[in-house]
Amino acid sequence: MSLLQIKDLAIALPKGADRPHAVEQIDFDLAPGEILCIVGESGSGKSMSANAVMGLLPEGVRPVKGEIVFDGTDILGQTEDQMRAVRGRDIGMIFQEPLSALNPLMRVGAQIAEVFEAHGLLSPGERQKRALELLREVQLPDPEKAIRAYPFQLSGGQRQRVMIAMALALEPRILIADEPTTALDVTTQAQILKLIEDLRQKRGMAVIFITHDFGVVADIADRVIVMEKGLIVEQGSVDDVLLRSKHPYTQKLVRAIPGIVAGEKHDFSEAPVILKVDGLTKVFTTGGGFFSKPRVVRALDDVSFDLYTGETIGIVGESGSGKSTCGRALVRLLEPDSGTVEMAGVDMAKLRGADLRANRRKIQMIFQDPFSSLNPRARVGRILSEGQIAYGTPRREALARARELLSLVGLDASAVDRFPHEFSGGQRQRIGIARALALDPDIIIADEAVSALDVSIQAQVLDLLADLKERLNLSMLFITHDLRVAAQVCDRIMVMQHGKVVEIGPADRVLMAPEHPYTRSLLDAVPGKEYEEALKKVVGQ
Amino acid sequence: MIKAWKRFAQNHGAVIGLIILLLVVLVAVLGPMFFPQSPWRMVNRPFLPPFAVDGVPLGTDAVGRDVLIGLIHGARVSLMVGLVSTVVALLIGVPIGALAGFFGGWVDDALMRFTEFFQTIPSFALAIVLLAIFQPSLFYIILTIAIVSWPPVARLVRGEVLSLRTREYVEAAILSGQTNLQIILRQVLPNALPPIIVLASLMVATAILLESSLSFLGLGDPNVMSWGYMIGAARTVLRTAWWLSFIPGIAILLTVLALNLIGEGLNDALNPRLTRRSE
Amino acid sequence: MIRFILARLVKAVVILLAILVLNFTLIHMAPGDPAAVMAGEAGATDEQFLEDLRRRFGLDQPFLVQLWIYVKGAIQLDLGYSYRRGMPVAELLWDRLPATLLLTGTAFFISIILGVIAGVAAAARQGRWGDTIISTLALLFYATPLFWIALMSVLLFSVVLGWLPGFGYETVGANYTGIERVIDIGRHLILPATTLGLFFTAVYMRMTRASMLEVSRLDFVKTARAKGLKPRVIQRRHILRNALLPVITLAGLQAGQIVGGAVLTETVFAWPGIGRLMFEAINQRDYNVLLGVFFVSAAMVLLFNLITDIIYVLVDPRIRITQ
Repeated sequence: MSLLQIKDLAIALPKGADRPHAVEQIDFDLAPGEILCIVGESGSGKSMSANAVMGLLPEGVRPVKGEIVFDGTDILGQTEDQMRAVRGRDIGMIFQEPLSALNPLMRVGAQIAEVFEAHGLLSPGERQKRALELLREVQLPDPEKAIRAYPFQLSGGQRQRVMIAMALALEPRILIADEPTTALDVTTQAQILKLIEDLRQKRGMAVIFITHDFGVVADIADRVIVMEKGLIVEQGSVDDVLLRSKHPYTQKLVRAIPGIVAGEKHDFSEAPVILKVDGLTKVFTTGGGFFSKPRVVRALDDVSFDLYTGETIGIVGESGSGKSTCGRALVRLLEPDSGTVEMAGVDMAKLRGADLRANRRKIQMIFQDPFSSLNPRARVGRILSEGQIAYGTPRREALARARELLSLVGLDASAVDRFPHEFSGGQRQRIGIARALALDPDIIIADEAVSALDVSIQAQVLDLLADLKERLNLSMLFITHDLRVAAQVCDRIMVMQHGKVVEIGPADRVLMAPEHPYTRSLLDAVPGKEYEEALKKVVGQ
Repeated sequence: MIKAWKRFAQNHGAVIGLIILLLVVLVAVLGPMFFPQSPWRMVNRPFLPPFAVDGVPLGTDAVGRDVLIGLIHGARVSLMVGLVSTVVALLIGVPIGALAGFFGGWVDDALMRFTEFFQTIPSFALAIVLLAIFQPSLFYIILTIAIVSWPPVARLVRGEVLSLRTREYVEAAILSGQTNLQIILRQVLPNALPPIIVLASLMVATAILLESSLSFLGLGDPNVMSWGYMIGAARTVLRTAWWLSFIPGIAILLTVLALNLIGEGLNDALNPRLTRRSE
Repeated sequence: MIRFILARLVKAVVILLAILVLNFTLIHMAPGDPAAVMAGEAGATDEQFLEDLRRRFGLDQPFLVQLWIYVKGAIQLDLGYSYRRGMPVAELLWDRLPATLLLTGTAFFISIILGVIAGVAAAARQGRWGDTIISTLALLFYATPLFWIALMSVLLFSVVLGWLPGFGYETVGANYTGIERVIDIGRHLILPATTLGLFFTAVYMRMTRASMLEVSRLDFVKTARAKGLKPRVIQRRHILRNALLPVITLAGLQAGQIVGGAVLTETVFAWPGIGRLMFEAINQRDYNVLLGVFFVSAAMVLLFNLITDIIYVLVDPRIRITQ
């Protein structure tokens, strides 16, 4: 007996969207107690059906065909009042951004108690008591204090626990989790996944888990649905879909996931040092007005390392580890407080004005967000030539070079006349790479350069970077939170925590035999490792 | 750009506003050509109601001046003051906001304290004091209106620049060796333009209101006929000749309304973030 | 919380001092002899009188010394002397201040309450006729000159319909006492407070509506719906409280406009407050009074700002706790 049945569901998008339907021909069942993962890239419509189950589709988006049968009745035929009785009580839901999903002005306890109030259950005193029990159940540290806290006083992982407590308050039979760990660090993600798994066991609750991450799918799913452009392309048990996928799209996605085992690596320690960082320190002081004490954060704490010519160092760490601060301090987008950054005999950290500008062209950056990294009002030609012109190249030459650069990164030279919004995310990232190369730099800093991309695009961009590095003899600092990506591109890996370097060494050694406990916990938290082993046996990689 | 114009044209209110404003502009530009006589000249008996006598369709005021001619000349003054004072306010506010937002730190602190000061003091009272101390000529009226209306521009521009300057394309421009001035002018400000345009259109409306209020209190240029002056002069005869206050008020209302409608239309057309849909 | 308010108080004092400096600078920038400017039209012809003034304010001494004398006087609430009226400016202002506080305070609170209610109502009916009517009305009031609405409401409600008194603070010569007097003043207050408040009602309504719509798109509203809460509860508890924050900020910023608007309203309704005083001072070129009114109105704005700041802190825990 299935708990929920979706039959031939179609959901229409408003007029003027890029396709008429968000999703079509959606058929699936959910059995009691099972975890069903819906996986797909951005724009696949993976969260649409789940939102339709809750009756919480965005404005202007509505189901036009099919049935959603829950408990013998078609949800789509229910009135808003009837749906309200189902929400929260029979079906709970958690979202991607645990900060914005909580009301900033209400105490955590009140937000949980509200669920009981919405369904007219318990007295106000009992609601608080239950809220406390729930916070304890989701293993929030110090629940007595947390119940009186406001969301901004909790960390991301703690907020997501609060969300889960809220969703579970009335012991719903289905939990819908819409990318619940995407905004979290990898260790926090592992804890939340475990919590969801535990609660499922304890309560026999079914879970619809929406994600783009195959590693997470492998760790948590019983059954998997793969979606592409609004259609289900494949569904089945987790082993069938991941290990024996039939559909080419699934196969493509599965292959695109970088393995955690390091690929072919080189030892560059004989090559000349191109960048010597010594004792780099940056302290942020926030607050500290006329009447209040400032808060001090050591974002970079005595960071030292050498980058050899031709080498790629991966700087990995969780949010707040200082990895991005490090990259930005090297190019002086941030002023370091102390330390030296020696490049070709010059201390980058001390340069000023014209000297700084002249030396900075040798060290360029590739940014994370393909949407904010290109000026929306500038044509690609201008974006690629501006820097050269600023260094005195005549406009005509600079434009010719822009065309060369475009073909170098695999785009058509005619792109010079177009605006950034005419390109896809992956193409924009290629333009961003071309811009970084425009000044013939020796060193490239890639700051989460593939994090915002879908996994299939990610693989292409990583290949391009590897190829360019080889051909142009570049040295690279590759900043990432994703150990899989780091494993694929880096020769050495440097692990950062709380602004300090906790470990640095050859990629294979750090990934296979980590020395520092923090590195070990990071590696343990990477989702989908067991599956990777299994896949290796099947595919014989 | 074409898309924005289409969105603007779909907004009925905005189109109506544009039509009204074009009419007012037409009157202001062409009117004085057809009615070149001075609006201060007596043309008939005082207190003629509208439509009572041929040749003075809107009647005459307390000293026998033609109300219609006054309105026509007033249109020119209102639009001119509104437009020029807004331009001057932008010339003060945009650089202050851009510098504060771009450089941050003590530059930001100093400039924003300065702006906050001007925003806190009651602007209308300051305008009165300024005009009472300097003589109320068109030049000083425009300057005064600009002085009391630039702070919102500075705050808006600062906010926009502050968020734009952390965009990655601005950081890329810094790394690519462009100077701060180039970055502000080429990367940052063009992207801050849409909200500035919207604010400017609303500021023209506010400036027109401010000018009429000052003229109403007798702080207008004594050599220039304006709508506010006409109402102020007719105030004491409200009981006997109410239309003398009523008619210029309608002219102000329509002009200001038109500008506000246009501003809203521009806002919807240039900042279409409220129509965005999620996945 | 107390720290926050203390910080705001310090800031307010600094601004007041800055206004004194500005005032003094203006006197000096005005065309002609500062002594003549201070004297206004009253004593400009009497050379001996001007000489006294120069000595008293040290006008023959360096600028900074003069400034110090001026500021020191102002701190002791000596805002100069109105030679035109023959009394100290501070005393004059003190007499007129209650009427203005009553008028602006009433208008301020009426407009916030009405504006928020209308904004919530319009947002709840987004795109339907109820919204259209409220929004159109708000736009009209927003675009109408304040002094003109005042005149037209005198014409309609006082001259034509005879419902309400059209000028003054209370009925002259009636000598009401106790509750009767309160009612009488209340009747006189209705028209000026309403006309002054209308524009700001429109401002707050538009802000509330926009803010409600903005907040209703945020994630936590979806969370609230996913809990199965009733729309009314979501509207009040989740959307409204968050939507009010920018409205409160705006109310603080607009306080200065209300005090400025009082000049126009009091002029039309012959309301015996400092705004009316300012209008009279313009015609009499009584600069000391003008600058005094300017200073006091700035102080009133700072008071309104302080009130809105405190309300903001009470609503938003993030400031209450971290500051």
